[in-house]
Amino acid sequence: MNVSKSYGKLNVIEHLNFDVAEGEMVSIIGPSGSGKTTVLRTLMTLETINDGVIYVEGKPLTHMAKGGVLVPADERYLRRMRTSIGMCFQSFNLFPHMTALQNCMEGPVQVLGLSKKEARERSEELLHMVGMIDKRGQHPSRLSGGQQQRVAIARALAMRPKVMLFDEVTSALDPEVIGEVTNVIRKLVTEHNLTMLMVTHQMGFARDISDRVCFFYGGKIEEQGTPHELFGSPQRERTKQFLSAVKEAV
Amino acid sequence: MPIWEFLQKYSSVLMHGTWVTCLQFVLAVLVAVSVALVMGIGKLSANPLIRGTCVVYIELFRGTSLLVQLYWIFFVLPLFGITLPNFTAGFISVGLNYGAYGAELVRGAIQAVPRGQWEAATALSMSPFARMRRIVLPQAIAIMLPPWGNLLIELLKGTALVSLISVTDLMFQAKQINASTYLSAQAFGTALIIYYLFARVLITPSMRWAEHAVARRLGRS
Ligand SMILES: Nc1ncnc2c1ncn2[C@@H]1O[C@H](COP(=O)(O)OP(=O)(O)O)[C@@H](O)[C@H]1O
Ligand SMILES: [Mg+2]
Repeated sequence: MNVSKSYGKLNVIEHLNFDVAEGEMVSIIGPSGSGKTTVLRTLMTLETINDGVIYVEGKPLTHMAKGGVLVPADERYLRRMRTSIGMCFQSFNLFPHMTALQNCMEGPVQVLGLSKKEARERSEELLHMVGMIDKRGQHPSRLSGGQQQRVAIARALAMRPKVMLFDEVTSALDPEVIGEVTNVIRKLVTEHNLTMLMVTHQMGFARDISDRVCFFYGGKIEEQGTPHELFGSPQRERTKQFLSAVKEAV
Repeated sequence: MPIWEFLQKYSSVLMHGTWVTCLQFVLAVLVAVSVALVMGIGKLSANPLIRGTCVVYIELFRGTSLLVQLYWIFFVLPLFGITLPNFTAGFISVGLNYGAYGAELVRGAIQAVPRGQWEAATALSMSPFARMRRIVLPQAIAIMLPPWGNLLIELLKGTALVSLISVTDLMFQAKQINASTYLSAQAFGTALIIYYLFARVLITPSMRWAEHAVARRLGRS
């Protein structure tokens, strides 16, 4: 993609050129306000872009072909394209009036048109995978942050997306439960061929599981490379500064 | 005349009036809730025409008196070829008027549902209609139930105005008794108590019950 995004006069992303290969795990790091969340939100089409086109599997996501030219996609087209992308949020955003199981079944039943029975089987399998099967009948208000986030991951996966987006999914969690969420993501990396983009502040985790790490600064990719390259021998001054600042904080 | 004698003599008339008030109330609530949902959701529409229509409706019905609206619907609409029986004109006027207030409650409650809920539903590719019906409205209802409790009591009191177009409700009967007997204290005193009990014994506990039911659905009780 080659994309620009602005909120009013503020250019948040400027001519970002960004490619992710199928099955690749890309971590995005960078200081607060550098546009990391905005990138994921434009990919989820929660934000419209001002310039450029995003493609998923060679098909335009934000635009559709009409009479040989690309025009901004309408709601219908977006809805169809969104099914191939799943997103998990920093604040979980589970539906409070539904149980864990109902949260997972909602998309498959309402959007994909699965029968209740199929959706339940699929959801229970995923809740099992994230270790939440015992709590399937609980409402989110009865679950801890880590548990809610694991249900949120299962809910996104129940749509069988090809791309998963994680926006600081551990930032709102107590330190002792971060592991239960990162372990689920680790499992996804090793056992599933999902394309994943993850915004994170956990450098150790990013280093462990990513194929590639991107350092964002001012709405641009300041530097990117394998975890080994980026953490081991950062080239740019800003990257070095950021990494050392993060190291001090830990 | 002692009160027990009064009650003995007029209880059946007053009971009938109470029953009519009860019907006016229930039907007006149905109108008000429907109008409130349509206008409240419409006011948040992206379409300026829909939004504008709803804003005008809400302004018009909140900004002018219920009594004038009642007279318009009963006396003026027939001039345009729409004639409604007084019973129908009564509950429709009350419903349309309080529905305009309700629309603001609906709008406020929908806007109070966290943005993240819309976004999570969008990320699941849900249609705008499904997002509203399945995700946002159930949560908005929990938010707006307490103010609706107040509004319904206001609405009940508002139904007394339908007596002015000769709907034979509780207020109408009390006025009739007063006109023929001059027992003002007894007639209006009894009406006062019946209105109060109606609100206190029927509306408030039902709303409490509804609030609990909704809280249970949110896993909060
Ligand atoms: N809805 C919005 N309206 C206006 N400005 C926004 C909005 N969302 C984010 N921004 C601004 O865009 C910039 C990038 O934000 P964000 O993508 O959230 O950064 P990050 O996730 O890297 O911390 C920030 O300067 C932020 O203040
Ligand atoms: Mg962010």
